[in-house]
This record gives sequence, C-alpha cells and structure tokens, in this order.
Amino acid sequence: MSTDSAPAYQEPDQEPDVPVAHAPPPGLLALFLAFARMSLAGFGGVLVFARHAIVDQHRWMTADEFNETFALCHFLPGPNIVNLSMVFGSRLRGIAGGVAAFTGLLLPPTLIMTLLAIMYARFGDVEVLRRILAGISCAAVGLLIAVVFRMMTPLLKRMDVVVIILMFGVFVAIGVLRLPLQAVLLVAIPLSIGITFLMRRTVAA
Amino acid sequence: MNSENPIWVLISTFGLMSLFAVGGAAAAVPEMQRIAVDVHHWMTDKQFADAYAIAQLSPGPNVLIVTLIGYAVAGIPGALAATLAMCLPTALLAYHISRLLNRPSQSRWPGLIQAALVPLSIGLMAASALILAQSTDRTIAALLLTALVAVIASVSRINPLWLLLAGGLLGFAGIV
Repeated sequence: MSTDSAPAYQEPDQEPDVPVAHAPPPGLLALFLAFARMSLAGFGGVLVFARHAIVDQHRWMTADEFNETFALCHFLPGPNIVNLSMVFGSRLRGIAGGVAAFTGLLLPPTLIMTLLAIMYARFGDVEVLRRILAGISCAAVGLLIAVVFRMMTPLLKRMDVVVIILMFGVFVAIGVLRLPLQAVLLVAIPLSIGITFLMRRTVAA
Repeated sequence: MNSENPIWVLISTFGLMSLFAVGGAAAAVPEMQRIAVDVHHWMTDKQFADAYAIAQLSPGPNVLIVTLIGYAVAGIPGALAATLAMCLPTALLAYHISRLLNRPSQSRWPGLIQAALVPLSIGLMAASALILAQSTDRTIAALLLTALVAVIASVSRINPLWLLLAGGLLGFAGIV
C-alpha cells in the first residue's frame, strides 16, 4: 500500500477523506461477487460503481488509495477498470484475489454480451435500444462528473495549490484545447513527479 | 499460414491493440473501427455503430465491444477469444507493475510516482467528462438531466443504478 511505502507523505494535520479504518480484507468469493455486482450495475462504464463499492460501501480502500490505484491503472495500457480489478484484487488477496476480481468483472457481462450478439444477429434492430441509450448516456455523463468531483475532494481538502493547478491544466489542455494526449503527458508527467518530489522533501525536512 | 484461422487473427489483433490502448477502452474505439470495418471487413459501418451502442447500453466495462466484434467474426469462441485477448495481457502487466511499485523497499520513488499521477489522472477524467457531455447533451433537456444527475450523485449516496434507470426511462419516453 502506498501508505506503507511513503510514510513521509502523511502529514500530521491531514484529515483522511473518510475518517474510518479499513474493513478487513474480503474472501475470494466476496471479491468475485463484489466485482460481478459492480460490473452488472455498470451501465455506461464501471468506474462509478467501482468507486462506490470499494470506497463508500465496503471501505476496502480510502479515497486516496483508490485514487492512486486508479491513476496507476489509468496510465498503463489496456482497459482501466479491468486493470484495476486485477491490481485491486491482488493487493487484498494476492494473485488469486486478482483473478477472482478479474473473473467477477468480466464473466457475467461477457455472457450477457454474447446473448445480445446472438439476438442482434437474429433481429438486428436496435432503434428502441438507441432511444433508451440516449437517456442513459445523459445520466451516465452526470454520474461521471459526480465521481470526478468526489475523486477531487481529497486533493481540494489538502489545498496543495500547485497540485490543483496541475490537475486543472491537464483538464484544460485535453478537454478544452484538445491538445494531443501524448504531448500533454510528456510535459505533465515529469512536471508532476518533480513537484511531488519537491513537496515531499519540504514535508520531510 | 495461421492467418486463415479467424480465432488466431482475433487474438493477435486485440492482444496487440490492448498493449497500445493507453487511456482505456474509449481511446481504442477509433482503432477498433478501423480494423474491424476498413482492414478486415468483419462488419459494416452500421453494424459497428450498433455494436458500440449495445456495448454502452449493456452492463460491464465498455471494452466489451470486442465481445461483439469477436462474435461477428467467429461466433461464441470468437467472442471469448477477443475478450480475453483484449483484457488479460494488460491486466497481468498491471499486476506485475503494481507489485513492483508496492514492494517494500527503502526507495520512496514508487510511492512518489504513483502520487504524482493522481492529479493528472483526475484532470484527464474531467476532460473526458467534458468531451462526453459535449457530444451527448445536444438538447436543453439532455443537459438538464446530466446536471441533475451530477448534483444528486454528488450530494447523496444513492445507488447510481437508479439514476441510470431514470435516464433510460426518460429516453424511452422520448423526452431527452
């Protein structure tokens, strides 16, 4: 866990987002079921439900730990949430836990998707589905905005102005100016690592 | 010689694609479209658009659009092969890198790098939310629905599924 490897980062005056200790680590079946449940609830993306289940419902991670785990999976290649299931499960229960979470996340929706593929091949008309989808997408974007806001709160509470500016800079560069991702990250990643390094040295001193 | 076996083509195509899919499944969709429609002619343009809609609509990670592509190519074995090829290699890579970074050691660099990625990741997510909102919320009603859901989900701990169901019902009724 990040908190073990970097004790210097835990400033004494810093309040955790949710002042509750971790729940005990879940068993393999519980991991499988939890990820199956968040996956089956995850219409239009699973991140919203993953954070809800892991941080709010089961308290398996703090808001900060979830942010760090997700950030790592976000910058590694491949589907973020699939990476997250493997990394998260293995942090709690080793590789078996990783496989349990991975399988829970993918098996039920793959079966459903295969059924839908068979139905689509037979009927091939998704006009009603598409109307429903339009409504669901609007709500899904709203959920995404809310989850981004919740992920921001630990950062905003800490009031590290430089970190907040960095976050806002990436948002503007990609979301508003539409600069190419690689170029933005090429600048932002070294910058952020440098700033974090300087801040931690100040805290440790 | 192996290029005739469709299962093998699916595995090599999606296995390779996943390794370059930085930024998640949404970032890989244009490349999937190019390969499935233009390169291999597995699907028509309309079939691909329908597959995308179905993948968004149904539960589970949105990356499972590859399940539909795989099914179109080679039936149920194709669906399973495409899904595993897209998901398993990078998940194992993530597992090993995460273990490497969290190995107990004197070095504070691994924790530092992970912490440094957090604001960038959140900034990127915020940008995707904005871009998605611009393409989704084309009417006032749609924009209101998005804003309302964002506020409700921020201030309450309601299960997000209910909000999605409400959106689906409004869509079915033709309101948004």
